[in-house]
Amino acid sequence: MAILKISNLGKRFGDVTALDGINLEVNEGEIYGFIGPNGAGKTTTIRVMLGILKADKGDATLFGMDAWKDAVEIHKRVAYVPGEVNLWPDLTGGEVIDLFVKLRGSNNQSRREELIERFNLDPSKKCGTYSKGNRQKVALVAAFSADADLYILDEPSAGLDPLMEKVFQECVIEAKNEGKSVFLSSHILSEVERLCDKVSIIRQGKIIESGSLKDLHHLTRTRITLETQKPIPSIEKLDGVHEVEENNGAYSFQIDTDKLNEVIKHLSQFEIEKLESAPPTLEDLFMRHYRVSGGGEK
Amino acid sequence: MIKSFFNKTARNIRLIIRRDRIRIPIWLIGIILLTIVVAFAYTELVPTEEERIVMAETMRNPAVTAMFGPGFGLDNYHFGAIMGHQMLLFTALIVGIMSVLIVTRHTRGDEENGRIEMIRSFPVGRLANLGATISVLFATNVVLALITGFGLYATGIEGLDFAGSILYGAVLGVSGFFFAASTALFAQLSESARGTMGLSFTFLGLAYLLRAIGDVGNEAISWLSPLGWVIRAEVYVNNFWWPVLLTFGVGVGITALAFYLHSVRDLEAGFIPPGAGKKTASGFLQSPLGLATRLQRTPIIGWAIGMFVLGASYGSVMGDMETYLETMELILSALPDVEGFTLTEQFLPMLMAVIAMVGTIPVLLMVLRLRGEEAKNRTEHLLARAVSRTRIMGSFTALAVLMGFIALFLGATGLWSAGAATTEDPIAFNTILKGALVYFPAVLVMIGASLILVGFAPGITPLAWLYLGYSFFVVYMGSLLQLPEWLSAITPFGYIPQYPVEKIVFSQLLLLAAIGLVLITAGFWGYRNRDIYG
Repeated sequence: MAILKISNLGKRFGDVTALDGINLEVNEGEIYGFIGPNGAGKTTTIRVMLGILKADKGDATLFGMDAWKDAVEIHKRVAYVPGEVNLWPDLTGGEVIDLFVKLRGSNNQSRREELIERFNLDPSKKCGTYSKGNRQKVALVAAFSADADLYILDEPSAGLDPLMEKVFQECVIEAKNEGKSVFLSSHILSEVERLCDKVSIIRQGKIIESGSLKDLHHLTRTRITLETQKPIPSIEKLDGVHEVEENNGAYSFQIDTDKLNEVIKHLSQFEIEKLESAPPTLEDLFMRHYRVSGGGEK
Repeated sequence: MIKSFFNKTARNIRLIIRRDRIRIPIWLIGIILLTIVVAFAYTELVPTEEERIVMAETMRNPAVTAMFGPGFGLDNYHFGAIMGHQMLLFTALIVGIMSVLIVTRHTRGDEENGRIEMIRSFPVGRLANLGATISVLFATNVVLALITGFGLYATGIEGLDFAGSILYGAVLGVSGFFFAASTALFAQLSESARGTMGLSFTFLGLAYLLRAIGDVGNEAISWLSPLGWVIRAEVYVNNFWWPVLLTFGVGVGITALAFYLHSVRDLEAGFIPPGAGKKTASGFLQSPLGLATRLQRTPIIGWAIGMFVLGASYGSVMGDMETYLETMELILSALPDVEGFTLTEQFLPMLMAVIAMVGTIPVLLMVLRLRGEEAKNRTEHLLARAVSRTRIMGSFTALAVLMGFIALFLGATGLWSAGAATTEDPIAFNTILKGALVYFPAVLVMIGASLILVGFAPGITPLAWLYLGYSFFVVYMGSLLQLPEWLSAITPFGYIPQYPVEKIVFSQLLLLAAIGLVLITAGFWGYRNRDIYG
């Protein structure tokens, strides 16, 4: 069942088109990754989902309700962590967590204490004295102590140390195991790769790639490192082979996943001595998409 | 060593001047204009020597001494003596506020925002920023002193002689420098910009209060306050220069201490460690209204006290006002006599208008705080939870409405209680309270107007201040400058009856309140239907 459904969503700020026909669907119990460069429209999409911005065209529905009109009703079932957490400098972390939990309507004291412990947060300090990572922790503790059905996380682990990032990932997986859905916008591709069932890539306000990680890997390339006894003539001319580097009889190149079989067959005649293959990474895919037009400008 | 501490100070000075190239000139122009306009105003208010003698008589009482400092030159109360006595202390306070704000902004403010860290990563001395800030403030106050001094002399008003005018300017300048120095010191003690400002304004307020207590009672106490020193320059009468030198000397000492503390402390650390805060939120805090109240706790309490003090300061001169106005009338027999009302009662509406409009300042602060929270991306925390926009705006609006009521009520209470303490035949509390509360519909319209801005044009919310400033100008100066009627027709304060002289027309007040409610509702509608952005 679709918890979150966005169809043909558009949003303009003056002359700038921020979102241009976005389509997304997040199902129950799914962790959905949302990746894209700065300024691609990730945060704008999330803000429309939260009813903070009003869409110019298209629909955003959560739990079958309209994101703009039924915001309050929807938010009783949603927990949100913004990318940049700005808090009131003269309230303490503990006070802010309580306020946030209360404003959603639920109250789970033992969960709160447990999370404060796990994230190693000092709740008695004023928010004005917290570092970026600690402010992020306040938002995360507030979000995960809420008993939500959908977690909307906008680059939530930016600013966390690796240890805390791990705690964060555990929390996401726990939520999934309880049948909750998670919408995760992130820059950290390894994190998306580890956690997400499905991924969408957004660029200049449009979704340019979407599907399960497995689907996406078909679109990508495998990196091969190879040493042969005989030199391979004009390897770069082979269909499906890219970015060849040669170094004393050792070759390193990328290969389209669907051409893998043919190419390896062809290469085997040069007497392979050593072969290493690295699985396609999201990073390769990401880089490929953005390098084409010289990076992700706004 | 010392040289390396101050490396690139000149560059920092240029940075500060660049960032404040509008701010500082506006402060200077404002203060200088105020001084000169008031000087001319006195020549209109008390043009003859007889009137000035009467005015001098009213100055001989403890309430006035507490407000302006001990009287001097009362036997020959020329315009110079009047300015030096009635105006200088207040202007010095304003100059002090300017210094506190600018110094905090460039010291703790920048440090808190991590900008100093950036600057310090370059080959810039540890004390360069503080040195640059002090230098700019020193120069600003020197410029202020010179222009005010020469400006006052240039007015050619009788009694504003050259020596006195220059000293007048110097007293302002040295006060500004002193409070710049003290703020620089507090910036070393506190860990945050808010804390620095809190300490600095407490110090400023305490300086005024100690001087008031000392001047009325034991003069020794006045010597604890820098404002107690500067007032003893007796500008235009005796022209003592030692208070300027004393204040400057102590200011330099404080600056040196601030430099020392800054040189031995860690970046972003302070000498007053912040205490551990609460680990959980109280039940009160856990709602949008609770949050709105908690965030504005200090301004609410501060303004409540301030409104009472404002009312009381008017009330304390009420007894003298009657004598003063009566003598004036004997001399001029010109004041139009409204039958059945004492002169004080005739003056009451004007006082109430001022109290109501000053009381609108915290009200607008509370409405516009909503936009401030939005601009800092903090409203989204609430909106992303099960909180409607109506509820958020409603919380801030409810607080503003309540603040408006509290401000009027406490202003009236202050006026009555001080009046009752100093006059034999005080005006009934009921009359004063009614005179204040008739302004409540106007306050509602002001709330509505600012909510319209928040709801439809969040980028230009400061216009609300312009509207209030305009209202103040038209209502306060309107009759004095004989401004055309229609100017006061576009401010809600222009529709309030001059109670008790005029009768209260309830239908008019109700109409005004209704307009206020319509504006408020429209503001809510706009806020519900627009994007929230920082």
